[in-house]
Amino acid sequence: MKSGSNLERLLEKGEFVVTGELGPPKGTDVDVVKKKASMLKGNVDAVNITDNQTAIVRMSSIAAAKVLIDEGLEPNMQMVARDRNRIAMMSDLFGANALGIRNMLCLSGDHQTFGNHPEAKNVFDIDSIQMIYMVKTMRDEHKVICGDEIEGDFKMFIGAACNPFADPFRYRVHRLAKKVEAGVDFIQTQCIYDMKRFKEFMKQVVDMGLHEKCKILAGVTPLKSVGMARYMAANVSGIIIPEEMIARLKGAGKGNVATEGIKILCEQMQELKETEGIAGIHLMAIEWEHRVPEIMEMAGFLPRPKP
Amino acid sequence: MIVAERKPFSEILSMVEDYSRILVVGCGSCVTICMAGGEEEVKILSSQLRLAFKKNKKDIEVEEAMALRQCDDEYMNNPELINKVKKADIVISMACGIGVQHATAFFNRIITDKPIKIVPGLNTTFMGANLDVGVWEERCVGCGDCVLEKTGGICPITRCAKSLLNGPCGGSSNGKCEINKETDCAWHLIIERLEALGELDRIKPIEMYKDWRPSHDGGPRKIIREDMRI
Repeated sequence: MKSGSNLERLLEKGEFVVTGELGPPKGTDVDVVKKKASMLKGNVDAVNITDNQTAIVRMSSIAAAKVLIDEGLEPNMQMVARDRNRIAMMSDLFGANALGIRNMLCLSGDHQTFGNHPEAKNVFDIDSIQMIYMVKTMRDEHKVICGDEIEGDFKMFIGAACNPFADPFRYRVHRLAKKVEAGVDFIQTQCIYDMKRFKEFMKQVVDMGLHEKCKILAGVTPLKSVGMARYMAANVSGIIIPEEMIARLKGAGKGNVATEGIKILCEQMQELKETEGIAGIHLMAIEWEHRVPEIMEMAGFLPRPKP
Repeated sequence: MIVAERKPFSEILSMVEDYSRILVVGCGSCVTICMAGGEEEVKILSSQLRLAFKKNKKDIEVEEAMALRQCDDEYMNNPELINKVKKADIVISMACGIGVQHATAFFNRIITDKPIKIVPGLNTTFMGANLDVGVWEERCVGCGDCVLEKTGGICPITRCAKSLLNGPCGGSSNGKCEINKETDCAWHLIIERLEALGELDRIKPIEMYKDWRPSHDGGPRKIIREDMRI
């Protein structure tokens, strides 16, 4: 085992996994983390803890991940290249490992101009692909970048993101191949709405055999309203929402849109389960953690397997 | 070239309004070409200052001067310019940040009977190219270890908002950067250029950690060419 995490165990056993997501609070309120965790507990196999997502200051992903461990859940700690140089990253990774964190996601990070401190200086000392390679070197060669030996154990299941909906589309699979070459163990994709484009992408992935070298978890997010769908399609880079999907939401009529959004999501989850090369789902129910049990039930993904 | 923009008038005014003899010195190189600190701009700023002082009934003298390059002793070592600096209580340098600093060091070395105060009239913005009349865009951050041979002549360190070496990130959409729909995605441009050259394979291997020591992160930089010092 590379990390001994439940996520790794389940994927190795060939179970179709589901990971959730939890955004830490914009402050110190641990109860927010605990409350969200209680809604996800038993309903997903591991939970991503975001790292100051959209560049808005929040409780650190390491600390929130530790709270999750204490609550009996398994975290997948996100780490972005925006705010830390290689020294801080490796130091934080030692700390995370010491606290029992065994899964991580290596990300470039949203640019700080999106966040609540756009005047901040960014770091970007290393990028997400170099970060994967760095963590793999730490784990497999037991060395930090400069070659110095690591004192004590270092175990980590290494994840990264992939956005099949960003441009240039034809290059996307090659970027994934680079992440595989760098040593990634699992991938979580950006939110999928355009199933046609995603399947085209997955065909390229399967043709190159990348799904055999890393586990690919398909990212999904429920659409809560027509307004949210339109906003995301227009303003979130790398999100494509087909017009038919928006029309279907609209057609559900007042008061039924959210339920229709969940229905669409569950159908997607089923379809993705049958898609070649997909090893699991990454369910990003942002500020909708309370609906995760219902979504998982409706999609037929409960109970979760034992690691 | 170095591209700069003039500071807002109110900011410049607040730096100099307590002095009675002001000298505005332009620079004849980069900032003349980008129309921020050349002879014309010196005249405009000086007139604005004179007008403002007249309006506020302040008796302040404003002199004008030029140096071909404020970043080089050779072009400032001119008796007429040195004399004007000597007479002034404060000097507004219309050069880039390099010129302001170099002029400060130079005149304080040459003129020993009083300290010379030099303030900036410009904000130095970037090293860039002139794309069209009145349009300049950043092209180089001076990282000290050029990678342009690998990236089709397009710099990812300067032109990617995240300086990614293995890009493009997930925020690239329709050839534009996630930070701003007017900014090209550098990696999109790189991929297109390399495809046209039939060299896309160049960016398939992982580009390893960059050594930032040759850049500013290694501390202020200095070049000594021994071959030229004999």
